[in-house]
Amino acid sequence: MDFGPHLMLAMLEGAVAAAILALTAMGLSVVFGVMRVVNVAHGEFYMLGAVIAWFVATTLGTHPALGFVAALVIAPALVGALAAAADKLILQRIDYDPERTIVATIGLLYIIQQGTLMTFGPDARPVEPPFNSRIALPWYEWVDGKLSFYYPWGLSITSYKLFVIAAAAAILVALWLFMTRTRAGLIMRATQQDSQMAQAFGIPVSRVYALVFGLGAALAAMGAVLVVPIQQAHYLMGADPLLLSFIVVIIGGLGSLPGTVIAAILIGMSDGVISVFFSPTLAKILATLAVAMVLVFRPQGILGKKAH
Amino acid sequence: MGRGLVLHLCTIALLAAAFFVLPAYHSGNLARIMVLAIYAMGYNLAFGYTGLLSLGHALFFAAGMYGLSLAMTHLAIPALPALGLALVAAGVVAGITGALALRTRGVAFMIVTLMFAQAGYLTALYFSEWTRGEEGFVIPQAMRNIAGIDLSGETGRYFAALFLFAVVLLLIGALVRAPFGRTLIAIRENEARATMLGYDVQRLKWIALVVSGMISGLAGAAYALLFGYAGASFAAVPYSIFPLLYVLLGGAGTTLGPLIGAVFMFYLIDLSSGLTDAYMLVAGVVLVALTLFLPQGILGTLRKRGLPWLP
Repeated sequence: MDFGPHLMLAMLEGAVAAAILALTAMGLSVVFGVMRVVNVAHGEFYMLGAVIAWFVATTLGTHPALGFVAALVIAPALVGALAAAADKLILQRIDYDPERTIVATIGLLYIIQQGTLMTFGPDARPVEPPFNSRIALPWYEWVDGKLSFYYPWGLSITSYKLFVIAAAAAILVALWLFMTRTRAGLIMRATQQDSQMAQAFGIPVSRVYALVFGLGAALAAMGAVLVVPIQQAHYLMGADPLLLSFIVVIIGGLGSLPGTVIAAILIGMSDGVISVFFSPTLAKILATLAVAMVLVFRPQGILGKKAH
Repeated sequence: MGRGLVLHLCTIALLAAAFFVLPAYHSGNLARIMVLAIYAMGYNLAFGYTGLLSLGHALFFAAGMYGLSLAMTHLAIPALPALGLALVAAGVVAGITGALALRTRGVAFMIVTLMFAQAGYLTALYFSEWTRGEEGFVIPQAMRNIAGIDLSGETGRYFAALFLFAVVLLLIGALVRAPFGRTLIAIRENEARATMLGYDVQRLKWIALVVSGMISGLAGAAYALLFGYAGASFAAVPYSIFPLLYVLLGGAGTTLGPLIGAVFMFYLIDLSSGLTDAYMLVAGVVLVALTLFLPQGILGTLRKRGLPWLP
């Protein structure tokens, strides 16, 4: 393949990765924004979403599309409920102390990950996509000063991957509408601005926190259900999304939701493109160091405003 | 002689006696535990005494481990100078990491240290031509001796581990009683007040992190030297979590807490890995239980309930 079509392919793959990443990172960002809590177990909620999707799809055993739709409803609901319970049982009791919360969520990470290893096992298992037709993409070139189209071999995308991008965008728009247009969203934003004042106005802050923690985990689980027909479900699959989500949330500015989306697109696309053309390990080293430097020298993020 | 020093000397004597009492399997374990306890003591200086919750100490452990083992296998440098190289490597890595990471605080500090350690781990994988990645490499047995003492044998290994453990324990015991250690505790308790009292807090935190990193590096180098193996898995995230776990369990800011935490966790994980592959489950449960029910750890709780003199 020539460079042009190759780059195009890399960007399409990058867009799929960016869509999933935007969902996952948004979960982390919502939790940090409202609760000021860093959830290290976030990647495991993602992994759990994928594993539950596999369980749902295989237990139902019907048409892949039916299993997929069921998984898209059941997995986020279950994961969200589990996260809300973890918030009630653990985080609320240690009063969201930042350092102890991190230690507790590291513990939670190992409990979920190793619990999955004991029940689901060490194998990677696939989920069938609901539909999966190949769409060949055209490429153009100049022949004798005229634009001509042709279909280069290998330049194609599946309909399912296009669906993933659309679905992720739809979920993000729904989340935005929820946060800005509904009463529940208003209560969440009030809690985010000043939890003590919200409490004084009769908002059940502890219930809001449990809900937000559940919502954050459910967003990660949705991302995982969408990705599991492309990538297989595996008990260690939470590590990369966790690191990438951290990177996205930091670059976008901790707690800034529009910043998170923009950063997710930026990081997801560049991760896709870089790992096609360079060694993925080297790309990861450079990305990790770059983000650490952002946190050191510009803690409000590339797009965030300075705290006042 | 203070009660603290007596306690430390008794602990060292007890560990020496343990070698002759315990069966070979357990004394082998104990050698490993002492090396891990050195690592945890180094971590404790940063976390327990200075209040720097780092999630990236595996970087320093690995710097020491690779500093020694790469020098020995690829440059054929004898063990003792290689140990010195390892300390320098860990010190330099900790110095650079500290200069950057200490510009942040709290949660950002944890994430930055985590990311530096992740970059270090990936670097070890990237240069797998020399490090052989996750698989790791073995240090030739013939090289593993200092001044004619064979460190690959059971006795040599145990007493070398004990010697290093004793040196670090007495060093830390003296350090935290000295004005330097007292100032670190003041920074942990109230950084703004320490700054107002005229202490150069930034500099002191950096020194604490470098010393902590060098002790962690010493542990990494000792691990490679005594057990003859270096691999990238020692640079991965779990090895940043282990010292945190040991210190939290034993008691942050106590001199013997790291040893007690390491003994308990080592045997807990050892027992459960006999039962299931998912032995890290135990680490997770202990971490959550500690934050919920015993935030001060074993010795920290004892110190609060009737033994206020515990060092």
